[in-house]
Amino acid sequence: MRTIVCIKPVPDPKHWNRLALDPKTKTLIRKGIPGTINPLDKHALELALSLRDKQGGEVLVMSMAPPDSGPVLNEALAMGADRAILLSDIAFAGADTLATAYVLSAGLDKLGEFDLVVCGDQTIDGGTAQVSAQVGEFLGVPNVMHVTAVDVTSSGSWLIHSQIEHGYVVVEIKPPMMLSVLKEVNEPRYVTLMNILEAEKKETRVWSSNDLELEEPWIGLNGSPTCMVDLFVPEKKNKAEFLAGEPREQAAKLADRLHRSGFC
Amino acid sequence: MDFKFSEREELLRKSIREYAEKEITPRMEAMEETGEFPVDLLKSMGQMGILGVITPPEYGGTGLGHLARIIVLEELGRVCPAIPMALQVHHMCTYVFNRWGNESQKKKYLPRLCAGETMGVVAVTEPSGGSDVAGMQTTAVLDGDKYILNGRKCFITNAHHSDTWVVIARTGEGGKGLSAFVVETSFPGAKVGRKEHKVGLRGANTGELSFNNCEVPKENLIGSEGQGMMVAIQDIVECGRPGMASVALGILNGVLEQAAKFANERTLYGKSISKLQGIQWPLADIYSDLEIARLLTYRVGWMIDQNIECATESALAKQFACEAAARSARKAIEIHGSYGIMKEYPVQRLLRDALVAIPAGGTAEIAKLVMARQALTMFG
Repeated sequence: MRTIVCIKPVPDPKHWNRLALDPKTKTLIRKGIPGTINPLDKHALELALSLRDKQGGEVLVMSMAPPDSGPVLNEALAMGADRAILLSDIAFAGADTLATAYVLSAGLDKLGEFDLVVCGDQTIDGGTAQVSAQVGEFLGVPNVMHVTAVDVTSSGSWLIHSQIEHGYVVVEIKPPMMLSVLKEVNEPRYVTLMNILEAEKKETRVWSSNDLELEEPWIGLNGSPTCMVDLFVPEKKNKAEFLAGEPREQAAKLADRLHRSGFC
Repeated sequence: MDFKFSEREELLRKSIREYAEKEITPRMEAMEETGEFPVDLLKSMGQMGILGVITPPEYGGTGLGHLARIIVLEELGRVCPAIPMALQVHHMCTYVFNRWGNESQKKKYLPRLCAGETMGVVAVTEPSGGSDVAGMQTTAVLDGDKYILNGRKCFITNAHHSDTWVVIARTGEGGKGLSAFVVETSFPGAKVGRKEHKVGLRGANTGELSFNNCEVPKENLIGSEGQGMMVAIQDIVECGRPGMASVALGILNGVLEQAAKFANERTLYGKSISKLQGIQWPLADIYSDLEIARLLTYRVGWMIDQNIECATESALAKQFACEAAARSARKAIEIHGSYGIMKEYPVQRLLRDALVAIPAGGTAEIAKLVMARQALTMFG
């Protein structure tokens, strides 16, 4: 079985209190904020590793990211991935989800056949939850989102549990496929000290735009139809209002206030 | 001079932090109440490589070294200082086997210790005192193919969760008459005694060991007869003191976090108390203590890995870091006001933990003697 896990380096949530927005460019100032694997991508990697533990095969991680993303890929290798591919080129800068998915799918095409491409349902920085579906479309394989469980049956088809509003659906698919997972799918393993040492022996390849079959109008800022209108930090307001009266009166006042505010 | 941690060390810190936050945090309340180490975590600690961090891979460890050990202990201690207290003694036990054990002892004991099948113990201190190593009274008399041990050891960390004890006992006269042995709980005459009830570091078990005509096979002598003092001292210099300094680093991390969080959240006179200089001064003191203790402790880890003699530096790191932890914890309590002495707030526990760390692994006074000797020699 061959699984490729798409991961994204994101600013470590433990340091989010230090994050700021550049008022001019409307981009995150990431300087000095350590990167980490997007948390849901860790669940995707765990899914790939646990499938490999049972079925054998190979797990690769792929990321489209700046060249200094080595530590994040190394963390994925230390979790147990066999090798890593970093798609990195200044030409990829400014990519929205579509341009990102296009480059990722070009990287996946170059890698050849696979059974599964998997990633987290969404990232904690962008949070669009679009890339997995877009990659699935570019690759022309079945794509299931919000995955909470995967069962590989003896017939060779896979039963994919996908969360929907008020319940879940089970989809039966034969590989290859593209999945994006929710945290309910598993509990990611820890990086052990032994695996940190093992990871140092594993290979990370860097592919630039020259290594991939790409059409220039589809990559980077030029290939990104998304237009950011504005991005801002919401104003912090510590405003508390106490509702007087007996509990029944307070509840009525609260319900009225919520109704007038358009919440219910 | 490069003060930057390597990518390996950064990843190590991150992985241990994740492990500690997820696995240890939920057990802290029970540890505090029962005074018990969470032995159910030993297996996963073994799988993580925490227990064998200074043991070579051929004996079940990772051989990452002493700087890595300090990172591991600091990160565990950031969440719960009692954990590195217990583990640093466990490491002291593995250190003795690594450095002085023969091949058969290494093969027999180290893989089990690294896998977490048992905890390690080093028993030096006796009821008559721990600082006067040369004055210890536990005896070991050779009788055919066995040594017969008689005596009592006290304040022994991990005593109740270990079946593998490194014991220092007297085989001759004076400081050169001490020898090190590995004693198993199952040996006739070996007994685990009372459990101590400490005010701090409660999740690290402390107890008593006694030897009543305890029969120890001759092959369980570690090194050679008369090497016991060297084993004890070197173990304290390269493992015990840096280990306790790391426990203190964990405490200091917790102290700074709690103090800063409280200062940011607490409002008085209509504004955050963090705006008051009366709060900022002690906060700056705590920050300084943490940073200085870090530099001193990590230097020792690096020196050990480079095979550089570090008895004085190790004593300094231990003494400074443990006392810094106690004075910083007190300042954090003062920042908290009356909340600081309420059990719901962790700062009171951190002060209790720091107070226990000061005499553990060698008292502050003995560490100061080492430093004073060095100072006098420099200009003598």
